[in-house]
Amino acid sequence: MTMSEGQLAIDDIRYLQREAIAPQPPPASIVGPWAWIRANLLSSPFNIAMTIIIVLLILWIVPELLKFLVFDAAWTGQNREACIYTAQHPDVGACWPFIADRWSYFVYGSYPIPERWRVNVFFLMLAIGIVWLLWLNAPRRDIGAVYFFIVMPVCSFILLNGGFGLLYRVDTSLWGGILVTIVVASVGIVVSLPLGILLALGRRSRMPMVKTLSVMFIEFVRGVPLITVLFMASVMLPLFVPDEYSPDKLLRALIGIALFASAYMAEVVRAGLAAIPKGQFEGAMAVGLGYRQMMQLIILPQALKITIPNIVNTYIGMFKDTTLVFIVGLFDLVKTIEVARIDPQWAAPTTSTTGYVVAAAFYFVFCYGMSRYARATEARLSKADKR
Amino acid sequence: MKRVISTLVVAAAVALTASAASAESTLNTVKQRGILNCGANGQLAGFGLPDAQGHWTGLDVDVCRAVAAAVLGDANKVKFVPLTAKDRFTALQSGDVDLLARNTTWTLSRDTSLGINFTNVNYYDGQGFMVRKSLKVNSALELNGASVCVQQGTTTELNLADYFRANKMQLKSVTFADADQTIKAYDAGRCDAFTTDASGLYSERLRLAKPDDHIVLPEIISKEPLSPSVRHGDDEWFDIVKWVGFAMVDAEDLGITSKNIDEMMKSNNPEVRRFVGVEGNFGEQLHLTKDWAYKIVKQVGNYGESFDRNVGEGSPLKIARGLNRLWTKGGIMYAPPIH
Repeated sequence: MTMSEGQLAIDDIRYLQREAIAPQPPPASIVGPWAWIRANLLSSPFNIAMTIIIVLLILWIVPELLKFLVFDAAWTGQNREACIYTAQHPDVGACWPFIADRWSYFVYGSYPIPERWRVNVFFLMLAIGIVWLLWLNAPRRDIGAVYFFIVMPVCSFILLNGGFGLLYRVDTSLWGGILVTIVVASVGIVVSLPLGILLALGRRSRMPMVKTLSVMFIEFVRGVPLITVLFMASVMLPLFVPDEYSPDKLLRALIGIALFASAYMAEVVRAGLAAIPKGQFEGAMAVGLGYRQMMQLIILPQALKITIPNIVNTYIGMFKDTTLVFIVGLFDLVKTIEVARIDPQWAAPTTSTTGYVVAAAFYFVFCYGMSRYARATEARLSKADKR
Repeated sequence: MKRVISTLVVAAAVALTASAASAESTLNTVKQRGILNCGANGQLAGFGLPDAQGHWTGLDVDVCRAVAAAVLGDANKVKFVPLTAKDRFTALQSGDVDLLARNTTWTLSRDTSLGINFTNVNYYDGQGFMVRKSLKVNSALELNGASVCVQQGTTTELNLADYFRANKMQLKSVTFADADQTIKAYDAGRCDAFTTDASGLYSERLRLAKPDDHIVLPEIISKEPLSPSVRHGDDEWFDIVKWVGFAMVDAEDLGITSKNIDEMMKSNNPEVRRFVGVEGNFGEQLHLTKDWAYKIVKQVGNYGESFDRNVGEGSPLKIARGLNRLWTKGGIMYAPPIH
């Protein structure tokens, strides 16, 4: 009985699957745009509410923004006539001819027109230096570092400032716009990190003198607003030093910003140092490394790695703080825009707003770029931790 | 608090420079340097503003150029130092600038306690009002109960309150932190009237959506005589800057312009001959060259030309001459003779 039934079962098999079934696409509820929307935007009542609010916000803002920036904007013109309300143009959006007309002023300030190629060369040199240092596959990055920290600053100074019998001297009071913003920001960025590291190490040092001086410097500089530092540097300094030793106005601001940024950077680095477990220090000492080697090879690489987000945060803050140099009468980008918008030649209802939109775009591009690069670096360095 | 600090700063400056200033004459310093350091505004249309090429123009800027023309022979040998309202006096005190021409109101306390000397008024300004035409108001005295847009923390705000109190009117002042916000708020209809210095009213009006729908009321409620200034203690330099200003007004008075001055050299009028330096040694008396006034008018122009080009009919601002007309034409612009 059982036998025949078994026979029957085998006879019944007419089809035998000899290869694996082709994989089926996952159900529509897991992949595809609809599933993505369900998982990310509509996963819970709270998320649904948030999604609705954000969509409404976008619907509210984006059309208005496009209307102002594109559809209602004035695109051509020679003066304010292009951007004022007329019967044909009851709504006026952004005043782009104003930006086109004043763009070179926003970039160079009052830098003499025949000498502006020097600024362009400076921008090019800076761009090369940044790419060389930041692009990981670039050849000979060690030469790149020498170029960026030694060759380029010296060349830029000679190029932009002139003098030494080579180039016509351009007084720094004529510099302006993006040039000043970039110079102030890059000097701040380049100086603040090494100085900040030294101050942080000084603050954790066991030598009482070094420690006291570092603490005093950091606490003093952090205790006063940047505006005050700049104001002191520009107003008080010339009162106390003889006329011929009185530093240049731009230099005063550069020193002020660099010192200020270093004090903040010192605290950021110190946080990183404090986060390194004591065992790392002891281990380094146990294998016979001296202070210098210990810091250079063991402690600082780890400390700086964990403080990258904070370092970049400080950089971004400082990049935006550079606008405060207007206090000492320097024309950075924002100030040149403010000056241009006051000119009666372009006095129209939307010129100010258009100028500020351009400034916002400029700062956003730079700050977002810095933040993206920092995130990529963080991801690269944290691979070791995941292994 | 801010005021206390700035007073302290200025006091320190006065004490320090009082000893240092007498050592070197400003005239010699400027001649040696070959360039005049001039403190200017940098963001006031018509008075001091760099254009797209970075070339400075304005009524105050012309004072600097005129001094450079008289002293150095070239109106372009000026380095303009943009100064804020806060740091302008210290910049003059510390020797950062040789001359301050930054729409500064001449007041007693400034003249006495800051260690500076005002030379001569180059613009008689005063606070005025702008209203919508549709409001049908023809005088500031009809503004009882009106709301007025005004910038915060300025003398403008104080003058406004004083004026309304003195005339027993109700005031609703709406204050804003900066000039741009103030005019935008007025344009958006937040207040009935807008007040600032008369010179500023005209340039702000251009910024409105429909400038022609607004009028500037005739009342001027404060005295704001704007004057260049120099450091205390150098009377030679003080005289030079003062007489450069007078020379520009005298030139207009005598009908000498930048265009006709070469013909005027041949004039028989003794006053003109003295002015252009054909007769007398007035330039030498100022420790300048004989043709000092010629250079000013040739390179910069007379006061009327400067006014017209920078703030008057020849400029987008189109400010009426008003009080700044010559004394012979109903204004109060008057200069002592070159004699």
